[in-house]
Amino acid sequence: MSAVMTHETSPGLWALAWRRLRRDRVGMVSLVVVCAYLVVVAAAALGWIAADWPREVGVNYAPPGFAGADAPPPQGSLTPLPTAAAADEPGIVDPLADVLAELRKGLAAAPDAQARAATLPLGGDKWGRDVLKKVVKGTETSLVVGMVAALLAVLIGTVLGAYAGYYGGRMDDFLNWIYSVFTSIPYLLLVLAIAAVLNQKGTLTVILILGLTGWTGIFRLVRAEYLKHRTREYVLAADAIGTSNAQRMFAHIFPNVSHVVLVQLSLHVVLFIKSEVILSFLGFGVGVETVSWGSMLNESQSELILGKWWQLAAATTAMAVLVTAFSLFTDALRDVLDPRLK
Amino acid sequence: MTAYMIRRLLQFVPTLLGVVLLVFMLFNWIGGDPAYLLAGKMSNPEQIENIRRQLGVDQPYYVQLWIFITQVVTGDFGVSWATNEKVSTIFATRLGPSLTVLLPMLIVGTLLSMVMALLVAYRRGSLTDRAIMIGCTVGQSISILVYIIVFQYVFAFQLGWFPVQGWGQDFVTNLIKFSALPVLVGVAVSLAPDTRLYRTFFLDEINQDYVRTARAKGMSESRVMGVHVLRNAAIPIVTHVMIQLPALLAGAFLIERFFSIPGIGREVLLAVERSDFPVIKAVTVYVALATLIFNLLADILYKAVDPRVQLK
Repeated sequence: MSAVMTHETSPGLWALAWRRLRRDRVGMVSLVVVCAYLVVVAAAALGWIAADWPREVGVNYAPPGFAGADAPPPQGSLTPLPTAAAADEPGIVDPLADVLAELRKGLAAAPDAQARAATLPLGGDKWGRDVLKKVVKGTETSLVVGMVAALLAVLIGTVLGAYAGYYGGRMDDFLNWIYSVFTSIPYLLLVLAIAAVLNQKGTLTVILILGLTGWTGIFRLVRAEYLKHRTREYVLAADAIGTSNAQRMFAHIFPNVSHVVLVQLSLHVVLFIKSEVILSFLGFGVGVETVSWGSMLNESQSELILGKWWQLAAATTAMAVLVTAFSLFTDALRDVLDPRLK
Repeated sequence: MTAYMIRRLLQFVPTLLGVVLLVFMLFNWIGGDPAYLLAGKMSNPEQIENIRRQLGVDQPYYVQLWIFITQVVTGDFGVSWATNEKVSTIFATRLGPSLTVLLPMLIVGTLLSMVMALLVAYRRGSLTDRAIMIGCTVGQSISILVYIIVFQYVFAFQLGWFPVQGWGQDFVTNLIKFSALPVLVGVAVSLAPDTRLYRTFFLDEINQDYVRTARAKGMSESRVMGVHVLRNAAIPIVTHVMIQLPALLAGAFLIERFFSIPGIGREVLLAVERSDFPVIKAVTVYVALATLIFNLLADILYKAVDPRVQLK
């Protein structure tokens, strides 16, 4: 039986979509770029690359290799700190004297500035940390936050949307009420309000904030799809063979609306990456021990005035390339999964 | 129409009640005891007890909720925890600067995106169209932070065309001198997404029958596009701008912070940084109310300019 059938099987939705995607040159290029980013992020997450990003390997503000090294600063130009002089005066006890002595000892033990690299591939930051490694770690943070938060938002939106659309009635009214409450508060304001309440930084906090606030658009779309599907023949047939409501919702209807969910997932990754950058920039995002594109942009603000443009350029480029590729891929995904839209 | 308005206004009640409940849950329940935040690190149990009594957080939850609802209805949210300024005064004094920047930004941005969108929609499918659309995707991918940092650095710090930041007393100086660069940044940021969106609005109209009829009558292309298509596509565009307005009021905090504009957005950000709950609560509830009102206004406007629209 199956042998005969395989001869006549027509390709499924996903096989057809893949075939269409293969023909879409922009879509394929952006897919390759996104995959390249994912490989880098996986390598960074496993600690294979950029694990030693906090090490101060270059001189302070080391310029990028292609720009050439800065002229060394004239020796002895640094004036001694006034606190050090004050501490020597008799009668005044410097409460920080012990700490300062310790710090000086630490500085003497640390490698001399001359031993550090004069240039780094993409330059160094204020402390001489490698910007290239920071960008890699920042990419890891932003992409992980974006993807996990998007998964969370899609999960919430899909489950709630499925219940609202499938059951209708009271359930629908109740979930729609929650939806209208969440959408009446502007997105970024809601995010900031929750950040103020939680009052703690960290990757997990950011993921929770973004995921718990960002599900509304997905809810609306999934609800409309379930509303359309729940009276279709195949669902009635599933009912007739005695499947449960949950089985009908998630085993029968869900595969038929999964393309909508997939496009939304991709769309929300981009949205959340952008939001994470803003949150981290403002200091409500990931903690200080984590590097993010947002915190890099924050540092680059004061660097730019000194003419140190490389950290800004590196973070901006890394983000722009990823977000552009992801957006173009989302567009391509939408086109191949629903060709009628074109 | 009146019946419709009344029905819509009645629908505000459950939504607003939900917003109040959500905000209450966030700040009075998940947020923990505000007395510890207020008293700071150097506090003794008596001080904490005192503050708790002043804020009413020693009361049961339903009493606290009632206090909050009275605050929302009367508009009296008390004083800011950080500055002791009355919350209502804060809003009254911060609204002007916000609008001085936002209104020119919206007007210039909308007009510019409309012109761009009309041009690319007219040349749809051409190389120009595709190049501009890809340019828009790239432009949208760059963080708003980068626009602000780079514009401020290049146009204010390096070239000195504008003041780096600041705000004066006099409206005209503020508008001409201090708002110019923030408006420019805002327009640059919104240009890419708005052009993309308005292009789809124009494309919807270009395929309509009345466009073919107008062309068949021998009407010039500029008149077809500039009068017929533009007027019809203006409906969704104006609606879009109106719905955006309340969110922008609170959402322009990045621009307001960078350029030191004493507006509502900057106040929200300060409040979040200082855990100034009365200010955040008030902003959230009132911006939600403004969003509902503007949505209703947009629907009514839609009906007024397009008689085909049925209000249900």
